[in-house]
Amino acid sequence: MARILEYDLGTPETAGEPVTLTLDGATVTVPAGTSILRAAAIAGVSIPKLCATDSLDAFGSCRLCLVEIEGRAGTPASCTTPVAPGMVVRTRSDQLDRIRRNVIELYLSDHADHPDRGECELCAQAADLGVTESRYAGGATHDFLPCDESNPYFVFDAAKCIVCSRCVRACDEVQGTLALTVQGRGFASKIAASQDELFLSSECVSCGACVQACPTEALVEKTVLEIGPPERSEVTTCGYCGVGCTFKAELRGEQLVRMVPWKDGKANHGHSCVKGRFAWGYATHRERVLEPMIRGAITEPWRTVSWDEAIAYAASEFARIEAKYGAHAIGGITSSRCTNEETYLVQKMIRARFGVNNVDTCARVCHSPTGYGLKTTLGTSAGTQDFDSVEQCDVMVVIGANPTDGHPVFASRMKRRLRAGAKLIVIDPRRIDMVRTPHIQAEHHLALRPGTNVAVLVALAHVVVTEGLVDEAFVRERCDLDAFQGWAEFVARPEHSPEASEAMTGVPAADLRAAARLYATGGNAAFYYGLGVTEHSQGSTAVMAIANLAMATGNYGRPGVGVNPLRGQNNVQGACDMGSFPHELTGYRHISDTAVRESFEAAWGAPIDPEPGLRIPNMLDAAVAGRFKGLYVQGEDILQSDPNTHHVAAGLAAMECVVIHDLFLNETANYGHVFLPGSTFLEKNGTFTNAERRIQQVKKVISPRNGYEDWEVTQLLSNALGYPMAYDHPSQIMDEIARLTPTFAGVSYEVLDREGSVQWPCNEAAPTGTPVMHLERFVRGLGNFVITEYVPTDEKVGPRFPLLLTTGRILSQYNVGAQTRRTENVIWHEEDVLEIHPHDAEERGVAEGDWVSLKSRAGETTLRAQVTDRVAPGVVYTTFHHPSTQANVVTTEYSDWATNCPEYKVTAVQVAPSNGPSEWQARYEAMSARSRRVAPEPPLSVVGE
Amino acid sequence: MKERPERLIYMANQIAKFFAVQPADPVVATANHLKNFWDPTMRAEIIAWRAAGGDGLDPITAKAVDRLAQP
Repeated sequence: MARILEYDLGTPETAGEPVTLTLDGATVTVPAGTSILRAAAIAGVSIPKLCATDSLDAFGSCRLCLVEIEGRAGTPASCTTPVAPGMVVRTRSDQLDRIRRNVIELYLSDHADHPDRGECELCAQAADLGVTESRYAGGATHDFLPCDESNPYFVFDAAKCIVCSRCVRACDEVQGTLALTVQGRGFASKIAASQDELFLSSECVSCGACVQACPTEALVEKTVLEIGPPERSEVTTCGYCGVGCTFKAELRGEQLVRMVPWKDGKANHGHSCVKGRFAWGYATHRERVLEPMIRGAITEPWRTVSWDEAIAYAASEFARIEAKYGAHAIGGITSSRCTNEETYLVQKMIRARFGVNNVDTCARVCHSPTGYGLKTTLGTSAGTQDFDSVEQCDVMVVIGANPTDGHPVFASRMKRRLRAGAKLIVIDPRRIDMVRTPHIQAEHHLALRPGTNVAVLVALAHVVVTEGLVDEAFVRERCDLDAFQGWAEFVARPEHSPEASEAMTGVPAADLRAAARLYATGGNAAFYYGLGVTEHSQGSTAVMAIANLAMATGNYGRPGVGVNPLRGQNNVQGACDMGSFPHELTGYRHISDTAVRESFEAAWGAPIDPEPGLRIPNMLDAAVAGRFKGLYVQGEDILQSDPNTHHVAAGLAAMECVVIHDLFLNETANYGHVFLPGSTFLEKNGTFTNAERRIQQVKKVISPRNGYEDWEVTQLLSNALGYPMAYDHPSQIMDEIARLTPTFAGVSYEVLDREGSVQWPCNEAAPTGTPVMHLERFVRGLGNFVITEYVPTDEKVGPRFPLLLTTGRILSQYNVGAQTRRTENVIWHEEDVLEIHPHDAEERGVAEGDWVSLKSRAGETTLRAQVTDRVAPGVVYTTFHHPSTQANVVTTEYSDWATNCPEYKVTAVQVAPSNGPSEWQARYEAMSARSRRVAPEPPLSVVGE
Repeated sequence: MKERPERLIYMANQIAKFFAVQPADPVVATANHLKNFWDPTMRAEIIAWRAAGGDGLDPITAKAVDRLAQP
C-alpha cells in the first residue's frame, strides 16, 4: 500500500462555458470563471503558491502565484485572476522567478526552522525555487510566541506561521465556525483563536480544517510529531455518524498516524469533524479486549479462552437452549456501526440456522419509524435526496435534529448554504446552535413542547391547505387524489389551526403560520430531521406528517427539496437495508412474501419462517417472561442505550447465554456469558451505507488486533452451529446481497472501486446509482397522504414528575460513548450534565454545577446541573454518553405505536438537589466492577512436578 | 386467567388508535398491522387474553384480535 498524494488545483472548481487561452505556449480550455492558477494546474503546469488551495476561495495574499499576461500591466496573482478567451499567460520568466524568490526569502526569514520538513509547502516551494537561505535572516521573528499545545490533537506553533489566512478561511468557509482571525497589523499580525485564547478554550470545534489547510505545519497533528510522517495510505469510510465521511487513513508501518478527510469523498468533500478526524485512539485503548472469554454464570469472573473454545462454548449453549426451549428462544441483534456484510450475515445465520426471524438492529431504537413512515407514504424506507442537494435548497426545516453536534460535517454544508441566503426554520424544544450561530439566524424557531411534533406538523399543514398554498399541479400528477382529499379535509379542520393548537404545543400561532408560509412559498424546501422526530410514541406518525407536507407543497423529485432523515450512526440505513428487522428481508421485502422468501431459501439452502420475529424490546419482554434465553449481540450496548435500564437488565439477567461481540466489556457485557472480541473499522473490510443511501467501502488498513474481522467471527459461530458458511472476503457477501436484492443488483466491490461509491437503487436502470429518488413518480406509484391525528403521549407531567426530560448527544461524544469516551474527546465532556432552565433551577434551589437527582417513575440517577435558557421552562435535557450516569435508567417503556421505537424524547421527571450518586448508581458501579473480573491465568506447571 | 399482558394490550390499543381515523377499515388495518409486525407468540398471547374474556382492549382492538384469531 503506497502513500496516496492528492494534487491541489489551487482554487475551487467552477462550472461555466468553455474558455480557451494560451498558457506557456500551450492551448488550454477550461470553464469560464476558472482561475489562471487552476487552469495551469489542470494543464499540468505547477505555479508556486502558498495561500491558495482548491478547497477555499482565492485570497491573493501570498504573492507567489504571480504571472505575466500579454497586454496587461504588472504581475497579477493567478489565483484571483480568472481566465479570459484568447488570454496569453506566462507562468515562468526571469522577472517572475526573481519576485517569487524574494517573496520566499521574506517568508523564510520568519519561519522557524524545522529539521523534519514533512509536508511544509513553504519549504518545498523554497527548494523548488532554489532558495536555500534568506537575505533577511536575523531580522525580527515570531519565535517568542508560545506554541499552543492545549488542543489534545494538534499544536499551533506561531513561529512557523506565515499568516497566509488559510486556517482562518478554512474555519470560515469550510467549517463555518469562524473561530479564527488574524489579529493585529503588519509584523504584529498573528492567528488568534476567538479572543486570543488557547485553541482548547476558544470556540474552535476541533474539526481539523485549519490543520488540513495549513501550508507550513504551524498547525499540525500531534500524532505526526510523535510517530513521524506517514508512509502509506488507504481511502476508507468513517465509523461514526450517518454522514459517512471518507478519509485517507495514513499510516507508518502498522501504526495509524492520522485520518485526513478525502477531497473526493462524495459525502464530505474533504471536510471532517472532531470524531472522525481525531477520535480513533480507542482502537488501541488499554481497555480493549483482544482475547475471547467465557463464564458459566454472570456472577462468575470471566475466563480467557482460545477462539476455538469460545466459539464451541457459544454454539453448544445455543444448541442446549434450542433443545430445551425451542429455537424461538434465540435471537441476534446487530449494531448500526457494523458493516452491511456483518449485519447481513447475522440475520442470515439466525434465520437460516434457527429457522426464526428474531433478528433486529439498533435502528429499532432510532430510525425504525423512518422506515415505516416513508415506506407507507412514498414506497421505500429511505431519505429522498443526496447531501449535495442542499446546495439548491432555499428553505431548510430542521426538526428534531441538532446537526452541528450530531452530523457536524453536513451541518457545515448547511451553514454554508444558509450564509449564501437560504432560509432556516428550526422546530425543536431546545435552542440548538443552528438557531443562532455566526452569520446565521433561523427565521423561525418553533420551540415546541416535547411530544407535540405531530400537532405542530398538522398545524403547518393546516396553514398550507387553508391558505391555498398547496402545489395542486404536483398533487394531481403525482399523488393519490382520494388520499389527498381526505387528508386535506382532516388538516383543514378548525381544531388543527395554529391558534387552536398553540396551548398544546407552546408554539405561538403567528410564528407557526409564518413558518408554514415560508416553507410552502420560499422556493426549494427540504426537511432535515433526526431522532427528535422518531423517538416518540408517535414517531412514525410524525414521519408521515413530514412526508405529507412535502407532497402537498410539491417538494419531491428534484435537487434542493425532499425529506432527509439524518441517520445517527454510520450504517443505520445499511443495517435497515440488510434485512435486519424481524419482519423483512433485504430491500424491505416482507417476510410473508412467498416469492421473496423462496429466493432466499434457494440461495441459503434452508427454510425461512414466514412469520415476523421478535423486536429488541419484545425479546427483552419475552426474556423477563421466561421465553427468550439466548442472544447474540454484535456491537451494540443495549444496557446503556435502550430505555428503562432496569427492564433491560432484568431481561438480560433472565437469559442463559448472552454472547457479546464487541471491542470492550461494555455495560451489556455485565450480563454476558461469552465475549467475542471485535475488530474496529480500521481492521476490517466491508461497506457502510450513509444517510443519503450511499454505499461506501471501509478498508482494512491494519490487521485485526483481535485476530479476526467481525464477519469472520460470525462465520466461525455459524459453522460451529452447523450452518456452513465459507466466504473468503466480504465482497462475496455483497455479491450475494446483490443477487438477492433488486435495489442492490448493480452493487459490487468492483463497481465501488470504480465509482468510489454508489447510492441505491443501483441496478440495470441506474447502473451508477440514484442520488435523488422519486424523480418522475414515487416508488409506490402515487404518493400516499396519510391522516396523522395528534395523540398526546401517555407520559404526562404531574405533581410528582412536573418536568419533561428530553435526551440527545453532543459533538465530542458518540452514542453510549464506547468509542469516544476512550479518546481524548473526554476533555470536552467528562460527564453527562442536566440542562435546566434558570426558573426551574431557582425554584428547586439548584445552582450551576450542583449535584441533582433526576427521577421518573422508571428510575433515578444523579448528575450535575447546568443552568441555561437553551431549554424552555418545564423542560430538562441530558445526554446518555456515560455509563456512570445512564440517563436511560430514567426513560420509560413507552414506544412508537408502529415500530416500538422507544419514546426517549419525553419522560416526566422531577429534579431535586442531591448529595451525590444515587443508591442505584453506587450499586451498579459495584456490580459492574464485580462483573468485569477476569480470573487470573493458572500458574504454569513446573517441569518435574 | 393468565397474567394480564399489560404491555401488549397497551401496544395493540396504540395501533388501533392510529387506524381508527384512517379511511380504510380500522379493524382490518389493525389486524393486518399485528399480523405483519408482531411475533406469533405475542399475537397468541393477546388472542388468549381476549378469548379468556380479558379486559383492557379498546373496541377496535378487540375486534382486530378477534379477526386475528380466525383461522
